[in-house]
Amino acid sequence: MAKLHNVAFKLNGKAVAAEVEPRELLIYTLRERLGATGAHIGCETSHCGACTVDCNGMSVKSCTVLTVQCAGADVLTVEGLERGGALHALQQAFHEEHGLQCGYCTPGMLMRAYRLLQENPSPSEAEIRYGMAGNLCRCTGYQNIVKAVQSAARKLAAKPAAA
Amino acid sequence: MIPPSFDYHAPRSLGEAVSLLASLGEEAKLLAGGHSLLPMMKLRFAQPAHLIDLGAIQDLRGIREESGTLVIGAMTTEAELLGSALVRSKVPLLAEGASQIADPQVRYKGTIGGDLSHGDPGNDHPALMLALDAQFVLTGPRGQRTAPANGFFLGLYSTQLAPDEILTQIRIPIPAAGTGWSYQKLKRKTGDFATAATAVLLRMKGTAVAQAAIALTNAAPTALRATAAERALAGKALDAASLAEAARLAMSICQPAADLRGDVAYKTAMCGEMTRRALQAARARAGT
Repeated sequence: MAKLHNVAFKLNGKAVAAEVEPRELLIYTLRERLGATGAHIGCETSHCGACTVDCNGMSVKSCTVLTVQCAGADVLTVEGLERGGALHALQQAFHEEHGLQCGYCTPGMLMRAYRLLQENPSPSEAEIRYGMAGNLCRCTGYQNIVKAVQSAARKLAAKPAAA
Repeated sequence: MIPPSFDYHAPRSLGEAVSLLASLGEEAKLLAGGHSLLPMMKLRFAQPAHLIDLGAIQDLRGIREESGTLVIGAMTTEAELLGSALVRSKVPLLAEGASQIADPQVRYKGTIGGDLSHGDPGNDHPALMLALDAQFVLTGPRGQRTAPANGFFLGLYSTQLAPDEILTQIRIPIPAAGTGWSYQKLKRKTGDFATAATAVLLRMKGTAVAQAAIALTNAAPTALRATAAERALAGKALDAASLAEAARLAMSICQPAADLRGDVAYKTAMCGEMTRRALQAARARAGT
C-alpha cells in the first residue's frame, strides 16, 4: 500500500483530518470517513455533478479530486448551507419552486448554484443554464431548477446578509 | 471507480518538481488539474507509481503581458483564463475557446498546460495554440527550451515533451488590432469532446483576406493547421466560393477516428462546416 497521508482541511467551517491513501477521492473521504453524506456519488466519471462541493471558492466534482489535493483547503458541502436551522435561500427556493423530484442531484445543484450566485448575484436565464451545465438532472427538465436559482438570487439581492 | 495505488508528491517549487521527475523517471506522471489523468487512472488506462502534483507551485500560475506577448503559466486554469480581462482583450480567441471546454466544475480545475501536455487531439487548446502561433517553454534537468506549438503535437497522447520535462509556460504573440477570431465547436452535449471544431484568426485588408490562420480540433491524431486552406484564402474576398474552397481544403487533411460522435464522412463534413462558420464569424469581427 502506498504511504498514507494525514490530510487536514476545513469542512463546513470545522477543522477535520483524515489519514488516507493518495488514491482516495474526496467524495469517499467526505461520505465514509467524515459522515458528510450530503454530496452524492452519481456517475463517478466527472459528468453528472451530483458530487459537486465547494473547495477554496471553486465548484469541484469531488469524484475527480484526490483528498490529498485538499490539504489546507476550505471545503463546503450542502450540510454547510443552512444557518442556525434555517434553510439557505437556495434550499428554500428549490423547495418552493419544485426544483427537484427525486432529489439525487440536488446537493450538487445547490452547491453549484451557491458558487454561481457568489460570482454573479443576478444571472440571466442563459447564464444560469451555462453556469449549471455541469450538473445533470434526469427528473425536472431543469425548468424549475432555473426558476429556483432566479428566485434565490432575487431573495439574496433583497437581503444580502442571508448569503 | 478508484484509481490504482500510487505515491503522492506535492513539490513547492519548480526546481523540486524537476528533480522529483528526474529521480522517479517514467514511473511518475505530473498531476495538473487531474481531469484527464484521474479518469484515465480510474479506467486503468494509466497506472503511474507516482503522481507529482504541480498544484502548489505558485510560479506556474498567472497571466501577464510581456512586450507584445501574452505569457501564461502552465497551471493556469480555464476559469482563470475566462476571468482574465487581459486574455479577453488581447487574445479573445483563447477566451472563446476556453468557454467551450467541458463544464464549469471542470474549468475550475482543468489547466491550459495539462490540456496541452496530454496530447489528446480532442482537447481544444492544441488547435487554439496552433492558430495563435504560440510557443511553449519546457523545463527539465538540462534547463529550459522553447518549442513552437506548430510541430509540438506528434500523435495521439504524444508530444515533443521529453519524459523528464515539464511544460511551464505558454507564450502567445498578441494578434494585431483588428484581427478577427472565432472558435466554432460542434459537440453533442456540454462536457463532450468536439465532434469537430475549428479555430480561426483572420486579418482583412479592405474586402480581401490579408492573412488567415486555421486550425482543426479532433480531425486527426493531432490538432492540425490547415495551411492549404489558409493559402487559398490569401488575397481573396470571403465569399461563397472562397469559403467552399477553404472548407474543401480543410476537409482534405482530415483523418478523424470514427466513434460514437460520428463516422469519418460525417466528422469530415462537420470539420468543413465548422471551418466555414469560424471564417464567417471571424470576418464579422475583423477590422478592414
